[in-house]
Amino acid sequence: MFGLHYRLERKAIGLTLGIILVASIGGLVEIAPLFTIHQTVEDAPDMRVYTPLELAGRNIYIREGCYACHSQMIRTLRDEIERYGPYSLAVESKYDHPMLWGSKRTGPDLARIGDKYSDEWHVAHLNNPRDVLSVSVMPAYSWLLKTTLRTDDLGAHLKAQRTVGVPYTDEMIANASRDAYGQAAPESPYVDGVTQRYGKATNVRAFDGKPGELTEMDALVAYLQVLGHLTDAAHKSVTNAVR
Amino acid sequence: MIGQLTKTERQYALLILLGLALCGLMFGIAGNHDPLGVHGALIGVAALVGIFKVISVYYDPEPGDERLNRYYDDPTKFGIILTMIWAVFGLLIGDWVAWLLVKPDFTLDAGWASFGRLRPVHTTSVLFGFGGNALIATSYYVLQRTSRARLADQLSPWFVLLGYNLFCVLAVTGYMMGITQSKEYAEPEWYADIWLLVVWVVYFTIYLRTLARRKEPHIYVANWYYMAFILVIAILHIVNNLAVPVSFGSAKSYSLFSGVQDAMTEWWYGHNAVAFFLTAGFLGMMYYFLPVRAGRPIYSYRMSIISFWGITFFYMWAGSHHLHYTALPQWVQTLGMTFSLMLLIPSWASAGNALLTLNGAWDKVRDDATLRFMMVAAVFYGITTFEGSFLAIRPVNSLSHYTDWTVGHVHAGALGWVAMITFGSIYAIVPWLWKTERMYSPRLVEVHFWLALAGAVVYVFAMWNSGIIQGLMWRTYNESGTLAYTFVDSLIAMHPYYIARAIGGLLFLIGAIIGAYNIWMTIRTGIRDVRDSATDMPSPMLGGTTVLESGE
Repeated sequence: MFGLHYRLERKAIGLTLGIILVASIGGLVEIAPLFTIHQTVEDAPDMRVYTPLELAGRNIYIREGCYACHSQMIRTLRDEIERYGPYSLAVESKYDHPMLWGSKRTGPDLARIGDKYSDEWHVAHLNNPRDVLSVSVMPAYSWLLKTTLRTDDLGAHLKAQRTVGVPYTDEMIANASRDAYGQAAPESPYVDGVTQRYGKATNVRAFDGKPGELTEMDALVAYLQVLGHLTDAAHKSVTNAVR
Repeated sequence: MIGQLTKTERQYALLILLGLALCGLMFGIAGNHDPLGVHGALIGVAALVGIFKVISVYYDPEPGDERLNRYYDDPTKFGIILTMIWAVFGLLIGDWVAWLLVKPDFTLDAGWASFGRLRPVHTTSVLFGFGGNALIATSYYVLQRTSRARLADQLSPWFVLLGYNLFCVLAVTGYMMGITQSKEYAEPEWYADIWLLVVWVVYFTIYLRTLARRKEPHIYVANWYYMAFILVIAILHIVNNLAVPVSFGSAKSYSLFSGVQDAMTEWWYGHNAVAFFLTAGFLGMMYYFLPVRAGRPIYSYRMSIISFWGITFFYMWAGSHHLHYTALPQWVQTLGMTFSLMLLIPSWASAGNALLTLNGAWDKVRDDATLRFMMVAAVFYGITTFEGSFLAIRPVNSLSHYTDWTVGHVHAGALGWVAMITFGSIYAIVPWLWKTERMYSPRLVEVHFWLALAGAVVYVFAMWNSGIIQGLMWRTYNESGTLAYTFVDSLIAMHPYYIARAIGGLLFLIGAIIGAYNIWMTIRTGIRDVRDSATDMPSPMLGGTTVLESGE
């Protein structure tokens, strides 16, 4: 074996091919089957996509690096289920390009943060966490309330999402900017379109408390409030297990 | 330094820079309503500065052919300086954000200065800025000496070095503007990723072309590691960064994979960035600089073969241990844990090989802080790889995951292993490159060593403590069977450790600043000895059989 290596290490191309071959095996065995084995991702017929406003909020969550301190993945451990709710299923992040499972909990997990706190709480907390919780170490995101949300390119965002596999319809793509505005303006004529395209359960309200303006705060709070509510599958699996 | 380029190389340089300027212009126009436009302008300005530089030497006399009798070390010299700049910058940002966890309001009311955006600035600056430049600079040096051949040409090493730094600058400025893919340690967006791929392919061709001219029949073990580093990082980079941009004029892209597949791909990448960037590359560094500095041959040739192929094979399976108890299918978790445990064998074979090489040279370790940097690095490498295998065990991981223990583990590796072996190698290479007898101040090397060691130990112990306390508090039940502590309780318990961590980081930073000063003074005030030594000549000087020649 060492004799063979004695010859191999005299050939640059031989070493190159050897390294590529040896290094490729692990990834091929572990990753490729995840795309082909059907049980990897559960079926959840009620799974819905993010609205344009929620998607914009998700992009703000990414932009500000929230994922570095907050996970969105409740593990199958008793204390986590009791602290955060039913353990996360693969299907819940089926439309997450990229996933935001996270790797660190400097702050708590957010997989089921939706509807746990009021919009007012989130706005106050994001504006300055110390106003709500004096010992918090979270950064203040005061510029979110002052910054108007960019909506003109949301159609292109939905289109790119469709290219990678999220089932947005032509109608959703065409109305993306209007739907984003409508979801945060309950009195506007655009509301019907939002509920018609994304379902009656969609949260439609002035998330930042300012109905006339569409701010980045609207988008981020809309996103946080839908976390854990895209499908009921996780709650069902726990009930089934109990039975 | 550019004066060394031949006429043809100067013309090619202009051509490349013009192409780059054009790219910058296109991005600037297409992305004028997007942060991408700023990056287009930045690329354009960088290219224009380059064009100006090349034109200013364009009509200078060409270098003579006698240069071909010497190794080409100009890019290495420049790379070492860049390495130290990134080290100080990256550590400074790191310690800054560490203090933000102690006093979160101690910042500016601006997006770019927020913890969430500065944290990837820190990780990218230290891993890719500091680590990457150190690897590129030393790889050029080691490749030439161990092959007894001059680099294949003079332009491509500069293209790789400067192109790579352009990537790092795009990455870091991007985060501050909010441009990120959010994939940990792969945050830069699609256009920066494509640029890095181009740079990386050229990097590997430098390796192949120089190896093709080698006068040593065997490729030395350090080069196996450098080659694995370049090749596997390319594979990981391509697969993990597959994404669809929103438009040509938008910095934003959406990852091709989602959910569980994306998570597995990301940690297959993330763990092997540790393996092939922070381990393989720096083992290459160690396999050259440690034996040369100690004046001893590598302890065991066979051990280095076993550890090399073991690391190359086992590591690629280990990434899924980042996803224990998650929605990832359990069979993948089990594979990840199993291979993580097996990984201990090649890892300790490497660490043992390094330490056993020092047998017969321990008096030098005592007297020479440079060699001591390398020795401590090997010890930390052994500790960290043991800890890594231990944390990959599922039940252990249930406690440690999501806590500061992970942060402690990473920094034991990054501060204790990566930074220590790099500082040791730099203190060895600087006098060789600039042809001085020794460093400007050996005493300051000694001071740096103790600051670095103290900083790393304080940091790691603080995070071990906070991580284990966090993990225990989250899972503690009281007598009535409910959770004993709220999340906020655990947050309050972290406060003293966050202070200790920031102090440890500060010590490490001060050490790096002293190191940068010492290196700068060595370059500035060293006694210029213009004589070429044996290690500047590509042809075999003594006809000896030893592959390694001391740089002195």
